[in-house]
Amino acid sequence: MAKFDFVLAIGGEPGQGIATAGKTFSQLCARNGFYTFAYSAYQSIIRGGHTFLTIRISSEPVANHGDEIDLIIALDRNSLETHIPHVRPGGSLVYNSDDARKQPPERDDIQLCPIPYKEFSQGIPRKLQRTCLNTCLLGAALQLVDADLNMLEEVIISALLKRKGQETVDANIGVARAGYEHAAEHFTQFDTKIEKQEKPLAFGQGNELMAMGGAAAGVKFYAAYPMSPSTGVLRWMAHNARDLNIMVRQCEDEISVINMVIGAAHAGVRAMCATSGGGFALMSEAIGSAAMMEIPIVVINVQRGGPSTGLPTKTEQGDLWQILGASQGDFPKIVVAPIGLIDGFNTIPELFNLVDKYQCPGMVLSDLMLGEGYTTFDPDQIKWDQEINRGELITGLGQTEDEYKRYLITDSGISPRAIPGTPGHMHVVATDDHDEDGGLISDEFTNPHKRRDIMEKRQRKMDGIVKDLPPPTLEGPEDAEVTLIGWGSTHGVISEAVELLAAEGIKTNHIQFKWLYPMDEDAVNEVLEKTRYAIIVECNYTGQFARFLRGETGFKANGHIRKYDGEPFMPHHIVDGTRELLESKSELYVPFQEIVV
Amino acid sequence: MARKERPIKGAPTAKDYSGDVKPDWCPGCGDFGVLNALKSAYAKLGRGNHDHLTVSGIGCSSNLPGYIHTYGMHTLHGRALPVATGAKFANHDLNVVVTGGDGDGYGIGGNHFLHTMRKNVDMLYIVMNNETYGLTVGQASPTTQLGEETYSTPFGNLETPLNPVAMAIVGGATYVARAFSSEGKQLAELMYNGMNHKGFAFIDVISPCVTWKGGSDEIFSYWKERVNALEDHDITDKAAALEQAVKTGYETQLGLFYHDTSRSSLDQMEPVLEDGPLVSQPMGVTPEQGAAILQRMM
Repeated sequence: MAKFDFVLAIGGEPGQGIATAGKTFSQLCARNGFYTFAYSAYQSIIRGGHTFLTIRISSEPVANHGDEIDLIIALDRNSLETHIPHVRPGGSLVYNSDDARKQPPERDDIQLCPIPYKEFSQGIPRKLQRTCLNTCLLGAALQLVDADLNMLEEVIISALLKRKGQETVDANIGVARAGYEHAAEHFTQFDTKIEKQEKPLAFGQGNELMAMGGAAAGVKFYAAYPMSPSTGVLRWMAHNARDLNIMVRQCEDEISVINMVIGAAHAGVRAMCATSGGGFALMSEAIGSAAMMEIPIVVINVQRGGPSTGLPTKTEQGDLWQILGASQGDFPKIVVAPIGLIDGFNTIPELFNLVDKYQCPGMVLSDLMLGEGYTTFDPDQIKWDQEINRGELITGLGQTEDEYKRYLITDSGISPRAIPGTPGHMHVVATDDHDEDGGLISDEFTNPHKRRDIMEKRQRKMDGIVKDLPPPTLEGPEDAEVTLIGWGSTHGVISEAVELLAAEGIKTNHIQFKWLYPMDEDAVNEVLEKTRYAIIVECNYTGQFARFLRGETGFKANGHIRKYDGEPFMPHHIVDGTRELLESKSELYVPFQEIVV
Repeated sequence: MARKERPIKGAPTAKDYSGDVKPDWCPGCGDFGVLNALKSAYAKLGRGNHDHLTVSGIGCSSNLPGYIHTYGMHTLHGRALPVATGAKFANHDLNVVVTGGDGDGYGIGGNHFLHTMRKNVDMLYIVMNNETYGLTVGQASPTTQLGEETYSTPFGNLETPLNPVAMAIVGGATYVARAFSSEGKQLAELMYNGMNHKGFAFIDVISPCVTWKGGSDEIFSYWKERVNALEDHDITDKAAALEQAVKTGYETQLGLFYHDTSRSSLDQMEPVLEDGPLVSQPMGVTPEQGAAILQRMM
């Protein structure tokens, strides 16, 4: 089969079932074996406002929502008016004809597909008439890509029968069929058609995949305070807690969250929490305390637009410096930014093995785009049997010879860790600085030599960590004219931009940073030296990563593409930016966001 | 300091719980009485030293875990309760005791105090209430008396002190007491019973500061004149407990105000703990569990 690449978008008011329609469609794609990536542009409001969900469908894995929209479903008049310009020429627009009675849409280069929903919904119970519009229009849209109606019915049954009952299922199937048949009779199908592929796929959200990664890593304690866009991790953990024997607690604030995690980790279990920028700010002091007491924890920050309360439902990579600078003083820590949804699953067990080995905090930088993005994936990609390595952990007698010293000065900086309840290894862990016995050296016992020894011991762990973290690789041709450099979530969209630039004759390669801190200066410079014209692509105003990279390696990029309007990059934003920077030799390009929600 | 477990011959005594570090509290400080009572209560409980976890925040009284012979955590200012909660859930076989002061527990940690009570986490929380921030040289705390002149209120405190015992009774604590650090026997008894109570046990201990509240004689006599033993009181009657708790000044009551054995503690209610402490449970996801999760995603 030729490469299949199709973008469907659904616009409407929150409460009209956009997410449900999107989920239904994605699930249908998954069962048919198609890859999808979905991004929802929405507002911090439960009813009213406007939501625009973009789902890209492909025969190959996709990691961004694409550039052009082939088919839009407009669930209300506002969407109809707002999104008419966003359908690509030759595409189609499906809408409720009642919404267009006063002002029919005007565009002669697309197919207009009005659906007389009022007529179709007359036979169903009155209370269900409003909530079935999404299914009716989805039925029509699916006909345009020749999807199997039976498949849609199956998905409706599995989603609704148990939750809502037979009446709701019948109503939805009825209007879906009416929409489907109406489209067959009146409209022209796309050339691209959804045909069943050999292998069905699974369908999930970035936050879910990170939570699953935590479960695979052996997390037994998870705490959180609700905060968009990180709440998906809490939701998954809470729903799966009893099956997997994971203790899940919702706390009074993020300060409590991280301190509970520290307590649980100290008592010997793997413990994790997730939040967004504001919650992370509240956790700052405790991050340093975990490093001081040498307790391994994992904290996820699913970034949203800042500063302050900022943009609760929009994406940004604006917390890099917050995470790098969180908490007072110098201490060992690890910062990682997963480069995709499935990578989010793998990152958590990797990070737990590192923080257990080095007994320090590990921080994950995800973002709304990645965390709330939906994708279909081959279920075989999920490896549940992750390696679990707890490091130098003492759980029974006889593992140390002499009198136990919790913070024993060692060459590696790693001191064997005994957990409370273990006979013969009693000690006090303290947030005050302490000597190798755990005795405080902060108050009357302050001793500069002991302080120096223990500081150097802790920091020696960084020498080990930096060697354990793989440096980034150069993807694509070594002799490329341009190198695009990104970090974390933008891997997918930059990769696609690289292909598009190559098709235009601009030979481009790509470096994506996943492990951010500590950074191995020499290893990273070895990769960076191969670049000829480097452009750093990131989702923030001040070029946080560019400044960080320069600080760590001395490397100065030639140009920058930055976006800070709340919406994620689309591939053409990066392509246009690269072209523009090459032509103008200017240093900064800020893409224009065409789709406004 | 080093914590080599000393072999205990016969029944443990308070001495077996003495830490290797000498307390750095001012001579005559009320906290000495609390420390001694806690050692006696641990000894009476009769478990191994390593089965206890003593957790504190920051402040004079929060230095206590360093002076006692158990596992200890000296956490951030105000954060002892959530840290202790996490530790308790990870290993609910541990006997978890939290110690601290009024600034730590009622000021910066006030939010955690409220919610730990409400959750009815199984632990004993002992607050050494001296009505001042001692370690930062005597500022007003949440329990400083109205009108009192302190380092930070040179013209008199304008804020009403909070009543921690009344707060705990309405806040959801299931074992609520007030004690006086000089009355060690009663204090040790309340601590011992608090450790045996399944749920959140709370003791507000009047533990006078001899440095910022006048000399030792002055402040101890002040309190001795004001404290009264709680008598003819039904500890299962919440309204009566509250009535006793709000008495202040010369009517200040000491003893057990409230004891509710009808509520389960949070760890008892959590099905995930039925298979034993989390720390001893297998980690990760079995192939069957993993397959079921993925099946739900298809």
